[in-house]
Amino acid sequence: MATETHGEAEAGLVFHPMDQFQVTPLFGAGPVEWFTITNATLWMGLSILVIFIILVLGARGRALVPTRSQSIAELAYGFIYKMVEDVTGKDGVAYFPYIMTLFMFIVVANFLGLLPMAFTTTSHIAVTAVMAMAVFLAVTVLGFVKNGFGFLSVFWISSAPLVLRPILALIEVISYFVRPVSHSIRLAGNMMAGHAVIKVFAAFAPLVLISTGIGLVVTPLSILAITAIYALEVLVSFIQAYVFAILTCVYLRDALHPHH
Amino acid sequence: MTGDIVQMGAYIGAGLACTGMGGAAAGVGHLVGNFISAAPRNPSAAGGQTATMFIGIAFAEALGIFSFLVALLLMFAV
Repeated sequence: MATETHGEAEAGLVFHPMDQFQVTPLFGAGPVEWFTITNATLWMGLSILVIFIILVLGARGRALVPTRSQSIAELAYGFIYKMVEDVTGKDGVAYFPYIMTLFMFIVVANFLGLLPMAFTTTSHIAVTAVMAMAVFLAVTVLGFVKNGFGFLSVFWISSAPLVLRPILALIEVISYFVRPVSHSIRLAGNMMAGHAVIKVFAAFAPLVLISTGIGLVVTPLSILAITAIYALEVLVSFIQAYVFAILTCVYLRDALHPHH
Repeated sequence: MTGDIVQMGAYIGAGLACTGMGGAAAGVGHLVGNFISAAPRNPSAAGGQTATMFIGIAFAEALGIFSFLVALLLMFAV
């Protein structure tokens, strides 16, 4: 890999930025089966605990004039409720609990992954693919239940010239099936890329301990870079959760009102 | 120098895959630039469209992230 030896016995910059994404069993070493308690299980459980503390314990008082913690819970609720209502319309608000669950889980899992030595559960395609697949299946089934075979009119662009409509329908069908792929990879890729970049810069940080000359230049720069990328990652964590939720709302709107 | 030709190919591929991120940056900059040039013309309507802008940014950035993912996979998982 990027090993540098400065005439010493040990190699210098050996770094493995992808090691942080490994799923390891929590208790005892062994093969990871579907029932093993792993670090992924732990961090998903912690996400649910944090969501519980924010939403349930925060709004426990149910005061008319909210306290600080109730205010935070109400802000989160109101933000997502307004988004769902704006994008899906009045009849889409019935699906608000699902969108809220998705958004809260993703944003809390993303933020928890930013803690040092933490594991980002949403950086695994296994986690995001299940969520995206659930959204895709739910939206498709809902489309057929609500509209019957009229749901297929979502592929027939009536505002296009008649000659183009078959080709456009084919393109629309293909892009409809690509939706869960892009939906899941967007979140997993953003999380994995951000954390891998932090790790790569972090590998240059201890250079001052190995070779003091160039280390005095590289180490402060790399610490600045880590701080900047960390700030970007905080923003990206929130934005990716918001984008996942709002795209779910857009697909839901397509299912509920398939006529363009 | 050590390493076999498979590793060499993987590293070269990783470097080539990084060129995809230039397109993503250009796309995102184009989007935000259009938004910034249009938003001050109609400030009251601009607030409602920030959500649309973020959706557009996510779509444009996603493909750049895909190419970065390919680069990372080639670097560390081949």
